[in-house]
Amino acid sequence: MIEPVRGQRISVEINGERHERDVEARRLLVHFIRDDLDLTGTHVGCDTGNCGACTVIVDGIAVKSCMMLAVQADGAKVETVEGLAPNGELHPLQQAFSSFHALQCGYCTPGMLMSAKHLLDHNPEPTDGEIKRAIQGNICRCTGYVNIVEAIAAAAKGEVK
Amino acid sequence: MNQRMLLASVEYAKPTTLEDAVRLLSAHDGARALAGGQTLTNVMKARAAAPDVLVDLNGLEELRTIARTGDGGLELGSMVTLSELIRSSEVAEARPILGEVASQIADVQVRNRGTIGGNICSNDPTNHLPPLVAALGAMMTIRGGDGERTVTADEFFLGVYMTAVGPGELLTKITIPAAAGTGDGFASVTIGIDGTCICNAAATVQDGQARIALGCVAAVPLVLTSTAEDAAVRQAVSGAELDPPSDVHASADYRRHLAEIVAVRAVQEAAA
Repeated sequence: MIEPVRGQRISVEINGERHERDVEARRLLVHFIRDDLDLTGTHVGCDTGNCGACTVIVDGIAVKSCMMLAVQADGAKVETVEGLAPNGELHPLQQAFSSFHALQCGYCTPGMLMSAKHLLDHNPEPTDGEIKRAIQGNICRCTGYVNIVEAIAAAAKGEVK
Repeated sequence: MNQRMLLASVEYAKPTTLEDAVRLLSAHDGARALAGGQTLTNVMKARAAAPDVLVDLNGLEELRTIARTGDGGLELGSMVTLSELIRSSEVAEARPILGEVASQIADVQVRNRGTIGGNICSNDPTNHLPPLVAALGAMMTIRGGDGERTVTADEFFLGVYMTAVGPGELLTKITIPAAAGTGDGFASVTIGIDGTCICNAAATVQDGQARIALGCVAAVPLVLTSTAEDAAVRQAVSGAELDPPSDVHASADYRRHLAEIVAVRAVQEAAA
């Protein structure tokens, strides 16, 4: 029989590397990633689930890591923005964001990239409409959406130098 | 050590059987079921809810199933995510409106975690699925320490954020009858595309008769019946003497106006 606990040891694979930590049950996944593992590429924007800056991919699906508990990721495989360029060579999406000036301040970029990766993982040839809907949960306050959509479309078509 | 926290301290358990889930929910006064967490986590951050124990339902595989019933309807586990509803071929065959409406909720990330059970159990008056399940004539199965009971939408939705799921209980499945009539429809006016509903309506039409459920205008979905002609639908809505809330997005008068519009649109879609 399972009894409630205030915290537990969790084991999470992040970008291919396994991490084991003791966490409190109340700890959000985003704080586990940023503060316990020092992977600060994943951003905290709003803390209310609206902005998508904290988007990561958990077991193949994009989630907002401020709306999931770290204990819920026990045993999961998580991809964060750091995993896009493991050896320093930019992922095609990152190269596209650079080439198409798809960022100004850059705060939303990690979340945008992870939502875009999730889209292309499931739909390699999206229409512009599908791209827009895929980043609906990601807010860019510099309002650079046009270039973001163009960058994702170019990355999907392999048209990035 | 950096201990940035947003949530108050809470205990956590992730049962793998329904029996254990019900036992945990019953054993602790301040226990709450955690489904997709796309509402509850935020409510906890805001301290609008402060459960002592979270019973995570994500380990209950038996609540994740989508099945056709013998008569051609659907039996949906309460932990089916909105994304799973959208992708389901069974849903697309039996009652495609469910996937169509689920795809209008929030955004991809929220739909990937958010569940059908969570959406109807939270019973926020602006939610999409409470009026939809009310219009479709869904039955909700609730599991507690004393066994199971099955209730209609009318019995299920009790008030703002309140349902028939009591302390120590759990919504396990939503049973949707087979499509018998012409079709189903849903219409809404939202804050931005796929945003929060200012007013919404779901409808089914059978033999020229419409069954309409209005959302956002009362504490629970308001079910009306009328013939399927536009004028009759308008008259049914205006005759209901709605007393909707006023807020920054719409006055009560404007919501009354919108209720007629979305009801007509939902019935037109259902009748098409």
